[in-house]
Formats: sequence, C-alpha cells, structure tokens
Amino acid sequence: MHGLINKSLQSFLSDSFGRSEWADIARESGVSQILGPDGFEPMQHYDDALTEAVLQAAVTALKRPRECLLEDLGTYLISNERLEPLRRLLRFGGVSFTDFLYSLDDLQGRSRLAVPELDLPELSVDEAGPGQFSLTCRAGPAGFGFVMVGILRALADDYGALAVLEHQGRDPSTTDEVIVIEVHDPAFHAGRRFDLAVEAR
Amino acid sequence: MDGDLRHHGFHLSAAALGQLMPMFLWLDSAGTICGSGDTLQKLMGPQALGQPLSAIFNLRRPRGLETAQDLTRAQRLRMTLRAAPGTAFKGIAVPLQGDAGVLVNLSFGYAVRDAVRDHGLSDTDFAATDLAIELLYLAEAKSAVMTEVNKMAARLQGAKALAEEQALTDALTGLGNRRAMEQAMASLLSGARGFALIHLDLDYFKQVNDTLGHAAGDHVLTQIADVLRASVRGADLVARVGGDEFVILLAGVRDQAPIERVGRQILGRMRRPILFDGQICRVAVSMGAVVGPDHKTARISAEDLMAQADLALYASKKAGRARLTFVRADGTLHELAVSEPPP
Repeated sequence: MHGLINKSLQSFLSDSFGRSEWADIARESGVSQILGPDGFEPMQHYDDALTEAVLQAAVTALKRPRECLLEDLGTYLISNERLEPLRRLLRFGGVSFTDFLYSLDDLQGRSRLAVPELDLPELSVDEAGPGQFSLTCRAGPAGFGFVMVGILRALADDYGALAVLEHQGRDPSTTDEVIVIEVHDPAFHAGRRFDLAVEAR
Repeated sequence: MDGDLRHHGFHLSAAALGQLMPMFLWLDSAGTICGSGDTLQKLMGPQALGQPLSAIFNLRRPRGLETAQDLTRAQRLRMTLRAAPGTAFKGIAVPLQGDAGVLVNLSFGYAVRDAVRDHGLSDTDFAATDLAIELLYLAEAKSAVMTEVNKMAARLQGAKALAEEQALTDALTGLGNRRAMEQAMASLLSGARGFALIHLDLDYFKQVNDTLGHAAGDHVLTQIADVLRASVRGADLVARVGGDEFVILLAGVRDQAPIERVGRQILGRMRRPILFDGQICRVAVSMGAVVGPDHKTARISAEDLMAQADLALYASKKAGRARLTFVRADGTLHELAVSEPPP
C-alpha cells in the first residue's frame, strides 16, 4: 500500500493514542524492525501485509474493534490540522456535501492525477431518491468502507450538512463494501460557494 | 466554416453567452466595451461599460490598435488590467457578423492561482467546462505532495549526515578511517592483551598526484590498501588516518618478531611497481612501530603512543625511506626491516 496511506495510519495512531503506544504497535507489527525508528515514509510503497500487521497490532494494543479504528482514521484524515491539504483537496469535489458525494465517482481519477501510484479503490455513488445515496467501494482493502464512513462523517460536519451513515458490511463474493447515506444538506439547496481563494495553511 | 456561419448564423443572448464564457468581452468596432461576462465584469468593475478597451486594459499583444478588428488578426491576445494588481489575461478575438464589432474571450492562463486569490473567485465564476478548477486542484495536490517530499528529503539529509558522522570506513580504500582507528585503539588500551601499532606514511605520493593526476593518486592509495590488507591477519585493523597516512593495529602482539614479519611483507609487496595507465607510480612506504602497554606495564595514552610511533617513522624517513623502525621498550630506536634494494 502507498506510503501516504501507511503514513496517515501511523500519524493517526501516534497523534490519537500517543507516541509510546505507536512505538509498541510499531515493534509488535515489525515496522520498527523493518523500517527503523521513523516508520513509514509518505512517498514510498510498502507491502500490504505490513499495513495489515500494523492494524492488527493496533487492534490488540488499543483493545478497540478494527471497524472503530478505521472509522476514527477517516475522521482524523479530515479533522486533523496536519492533514489540512487533504481536506482542501477533497473539498474541491463541490460546494456542498451533496456535490461532494456526486464527485466521489471521480475520486479515483482525481487522486491518480495528483499521485499516480496511489491506488485508491473504485468508488461509485448511486442516488436512490432525494437525499438518499449509496456508496460502493470496489476492490479495496478490507475495511476501507469504514475509513470512508469516517471521512464522510467529518466532511458532512465540515460542510454543515447532516448525514446519517450506515456501513452495510462487506459482500464476501465481490468484496464490495456498501455505505448507505441519508443527507439533509441546507448548503446544497442554498447553493453555497466553495471559496477557492483560501490558501492551504 | 465561414460560409456556414454567414448563412446559418444563430443568435445567443448575452446571459447564455456568459454561461458558456464568463470572461467574454464584447467591443464595438470603435473598441468601446459594450458588454462582458459576469466574471470579467467583476474583475473590470461596473464603470468599465462604455469605456474604450485601452482605458481598462493594457494591451501587450498586439501593441498598437487602430480599430477593434485589429484584435482579430492577432493569433493570441495578451493584456493586463490597468487597475492593481494588474491581472494578466490571454485571449482570442473573433469578428461578429455585420457591424456588431468584435467578441473576445479571455482566460487567466498560468496566472489563474493569483487571479483566484486576488479577486476572491469561486468555482461558480468559471464555466462548467473550464479546466481551471482541475488545474487549481492539481496545483494544490502538487504542493501538498511536494511538502511531503521536501520533509522526506530533509529527513534523509539528516540521516545521511548522521551516517557519515558515525561511519567507520574510508570511502576510497574501504579501510577503516581515523574514527575507526581511535575507537579500536581506545578499546585495545583498556584491554589487557597488549597490541602493536605501526604508523605508515607514503613517500613521493605528492609527486604522483602532481605529475600523473589525482586519479593516479587514488589508484595508488587503493593499491597500498590492498598491500596492507594482504600483509596482516584478518582481525587486525588497517586504517587510513590521513591523505597518505595509515595505521595498523596488531591485537595481541607484544614483541618485535611479528611486527618485523608484517613490515617485511609490506616492503616485499611494495617492490612490485604500481602501474596507472601504463605509467609507473613511484612510491615507497616508511614505517614506525611501537608496542602498546599490557597489564604489566604503566598506562599510556593513545596520543603518546602515536607520538612514539611518529618518532620511529621519522627515523625511517631520515634513514632513507622504505623501511621499518621500531621503538624498543627502553625507548631506543631500532631498524627492523628495509627494502632491498631501496626503490
């Protein structure tokens, strides 16, 4: 998996639970032995097994369900100041949360434009009715949908929209993960503008 | 194309045109601004309508302008706003049918980031088909990625500096460096096994460098390194401690016989000429040796031991080079080996 994802996971664990917890997880998962004290580098590529080892070590060390950790990771990606550029990039998707949901179809293409090696899962959005969406994550690592739930929850907050999200589980035959989204989005109806002029902090 | 437009031309309202091209500019044939898209209107200010083009814009290409039609002959228009901050545009002008003047469409080009910041533009100020948003996205993605790359470069730089600081190997010869020698000597001095120290200096090395060049000099150093390595046991330390200075530490050696053996080995091997590009590099090795303290004798510092070996080395040089002088326990100097015949 790409270093940007691994490094995000590392920052999330270290920022949210403390450096010493991260040090334990890094040792338990083999990261510190394989990669040294700095851990992951954002612009390198790592074996998926190593990412999985970190996740499992974190689940054991922090005594938290895997789904909760992944969802918190998603929230962290949007709400932590350190990752402000990522939030800005995601908000290029649209001027309202609903616009953003529509733009998720393009997320894979957009991320490829920015970092060609960053192999994000294929996302597709279906609109079932007004304010009713379903998001399908295809060919992603197990649990990617939970990261998306965290991202969507934090972004809805950022946009000032109300969103109820439900992860429908992973289809064992297709490995698809489906998230059902119910949105109340005043900005979408008000046509609020996304101010492009704000420079990345 | 031309024929088509003349015969089947269509009408378009200014509002519809503005949706397609929010930065269009309509000039009459005299060059007066008659209308514009919403975004350009915002940039020019409301007073621009009815003014001549040259009152609002500074035309850079084409320079001179007699009539508005002149604009349509330029391949690319370049102009800047007269008002601060002098936002730059590129554009294209086409003639309108009849006497309706000229239609210009403007774009920010590479200045899009500055323009967006200076004028507080948002996505709705751009046509839905305009790639400006994608361009801004890319610019932002690029700077985010560059930030990460720069951070990584800084980390690697720090790691490299640290690695160099901690390095124990001489990059050219693969021998130990001065730090390696000092560490090894400190450890031998604190032990009880005893050891011998040989200080070696290359003679005529400067002449090789000066006459045959630095590549020849480097070649000589690597050859000497091979000679030294081949003349000691695997566990002994050979270090390059200066430009043409070497130190050999023989662990566990307490008397002169093994030192003499090593010295003869080196001098013997040095009789084989070192060739570089068919040229003989004439060098010789002068050596001074001393036995370090073991638990039976008084303690002595690394510096004092080196100073003793230096005295012996100096004696070797003075006696005609290519030889090994030994410092006896009583402090007297004794020549142990000499190259026969001297080079």
